[in-house]
Amino acid sequence: MRNTCRVPCFHFFLGAVSEIRRSKVFPFSNMAATTRDFADYPDLSKHNNCLAHQLTPEIYKKLRDVTTPGGWTLDQCIQTDEESYKVFADLFEPVIKERHNGYDPRTMKHPTDLDIRRGDLDEQYVLSSRVRTGRSVRELSLPPACSRGERREVQRIVSEVLAGLSGDLAGQYYSLKGMSEADQQRLIDDHLLFDKPVSPLLIAAGMARDWPDARGIWHNHKKTFLVWVNEEDHIRLISMEKGGNMQKVFERFCHGLKERLIHKQGKEFMWNEHLGYILTCPSNLGTGLRASVHIRLPRLSKDPRFPNILENLRLQKRGTGGVDTAAVGSIFDISNLDRLDRKVTRLLYMDDLKLFAPKDEKLLQQLKLVKWYSDDINMEFGLDKCAK
Amino acid sequence: MRSHLRGMTHHYCGTTAKMPYSHVEFKMNYKAEEEFPDLSAHNNHMAKVLTLDMYKKLRDKQTPSGFTLDDVIQTGVDNPGHPFIMTVGCVAGDEECYDVFKDLLDPVISDRHGGYKATDKHKTDLNPANLKGGDDLDPNYVISSRVRTGRSIKGFCLPPHCSRGERRAIEKLSIEALNKLSGDLKGKYYALKGMTEAEQQTLIDDHFLFDKPVSPLLLASGMGRDWPDARGIWHNDNKTFLVWVNEEDHLRVISMQKGGNMKEVFNRFCIGLQKIEEIFKEKGHPFMWTEHLGYVLTCPSNLGTGLRGGVHVKLPHMSKHPKFEEVLTRLRLQKRGTGGVDTAAVGGVYDVSNLDRIGSSEVDQVQMVVDGVKLLIEMEKVLEKNQPIDSLMPAQK
Repeated sequence: MRNTCRVPCFHFFLGAVSEIRRSKVFPFSNMAATTRDFADYPDLSKHNNCLAHQLTPEIYKKLRDVTTPGGWTLDQCIQTDEESYKVFADLFEPVIKERHNGYDPRTMKHPTDLDIRRGDLDEQYVLSSRVRTGRSVRELSLPPACSRGERREVQRIVSEVLAGLSGDLAGQYYSLKGMSEADQQRLIDDHLLFDKPVSPLLIAAGMARDWPDARGIWHNHKKTFLVWVNEEDHIRLISMEKGGNMQKVFERFCHGLKERLIHKQGKEFMWNEHLGYILTCPSNLGTGLRASVHIRLPRLSKDPRFPNILENLRLQKRGTGGVDTAAVGSIFDISNLDRLDRKVTRLLYMDDLKLFAPKDEKLLQQLKLVKWYSDDINMEFGLDKCAK
Repeated sequence: MRSHLRGMTHHYCGTTAKMPYSHVEFKMNYKAEEEFPDLSAHNNHMAKVLTLDMYKKLRDKQTPSGFTLDDVIQTGVDNPGHPFIMTVGCVAGDEECYDVFKDLLDPVISDRHGGYKATDKHKTDLNPANLKGGDDLDPNYVISSRVRTGRSIKGFCLPPHCSRGERRAIEKLSIEALNKLSGDLKGKYYALKGMTEAEQQTLIDDHFLFDKPVSPLLLASGMGRDWPDARGIWHNDNKTFLVWVNEEDHLRVISMQKGGNMKEVFNRFCIGLQKIEEIFKEKGHPFMWTEHLGYVLTCPSNLGTGLRGGVHVKLPHMSKHPKFEEVLTRLRLQKRGTGGVDTAAVGGVYDVSNLDRIGSSEVDQVQMVVDGVKLLIEMEKVLEKNQPIDSLMPAQK
């Protein structure tokens, strides 16, 4: 199915990545190497994604015969294991730069900060708050490429880790395979159940293979902390509740993310200084964090400046079904755009959302407050554009 | 193994560990039981044949181009079963698969093809003169006639596995070969990529255009990769001879026309195929064929002749008759809805075609269609007069 690396002979260089000569029977093996390399170069002329922008024939030529220690090649374009980010750096660095606003993984370091100071939002407008991130278990291949054995290993490790949570984080694991009808219905009603991916983006990357083998959902008894196992990433962690108390949601999130529990299993999360937490899709590197609210913005959303406002606030909107859905009844899912190079706490200052108010004078008051506040923390809110 | 990996993750110097050279070797870190797929809810040929012992034996093997057992079976693991059709659940990535993974594929082939044994030989007969009759199927009932098959080009990997370079090479070769056709076979190639709106609409109206596969069976095996790169359609000016390039097989060759003159359709089919085959041979790329498997195609269900010959036929009475299925079985025919596989019949019009692919020749299979459809029409006429069809019931072929 996928272009697994060609065999049989390989040379091993100490101190460098191993290179595999493709000894596959290519019909044009006696053609000039340049022509042969170009023959496989993908046609990205109609493509509009970061990969297409950054993958030049030169980079392709340089990297196409190289494999990671796990045996993955460039043609397996999406992340297959942690080493891919290093082995195919010539490609991933410019992609990351483009997607994450000029962040250069070669030179920049990603800060991690899980301390929040304020985050209380007006419940007249904010219906629910949610923080999610992902984590990958080091030394196991990522979802596009993991074998069944590896995926089952991830499930085993994660369910043991979660079994170690207690207090208001105590909960239960539900494997997708063999789930009872009753459990399934309940999880659907609670909006906790995830299904086999239908997005062609995920399917083409191989994330749906062997479904539903080794996939499952864990949640605490209060249903405010949720973990998805082996969906788009090894682990997706979600903290959520009704209303606008983002601080509480975030606190719970940080408590749940106890790394020492996974150390007990002899494992660790994939992380490095430059990329932060490593996840399958380069768009989720860094904090991998998406903090969001479901918020009612019937008037602001119709304003033509709405997209600009969001951009200036470094936020993105989605419909209330999540990514790729439309907004229902002017309820939007508003979340942070950045993942890399922002201290997590700064992302959660959502005071700007209070710009929406029922009366003009209240609005002006809030604008003044926000301006004064934003000057203080040195963060641009593009207030000029809002203040009309 | 794990401690070596830890060393590799953090720094690439100073380790003398032997690094795995492919994912196949890497997976050997896990026991066969840990890697074996859960097929308990599955209903396809692969799931019925694959045992843990077989998996143990084959899981570290790969063909020279790197296709592995997991690659072969992935589509069957991801697609537990089709409600109406017993799917095969495995694909070949190259010609060598049928050899390297014969322990799995031989029994699958046997199950799928009515007991065809590993030692059996397949007969190829593309001489249209050997077809008896077939030029007079009643046009009041037969709306159209069609014969299709597939061909794979030796020296290239098959659609689940081929690289972009290979696929493009196949397209280039195919265009060269097809451009050499003349007379009523003369035609033109339309690449899917960069097709104009107008061309696209014409091809859709003619029911020629194939689209990116949506069937999860095909997608799970990797046949949708790089779409629409190096895919295209060629057809002759008369629109009676059509070739699909790089869809589910390297080539799909289709001969068709309105009405019931299956003889003419088959004639054109054989002549066209043989002409194309000559040209490919001249270029050093004959079609994949073996004495045992006949023409080698991606899906084991299409081995042998790879031929599906059939008609769109109006059988409103017959199709409602309780013995319809039995008649078809005895005639070694199958029915489908008129949109092709996975569709329902519209207005009592069915797509009736041969069931067999391997163990009988092209002529044999088209003969069965011709004879069988003739009988079905007779039965339809009898039912129209409200008379029973019992005396017409055929013996099992």
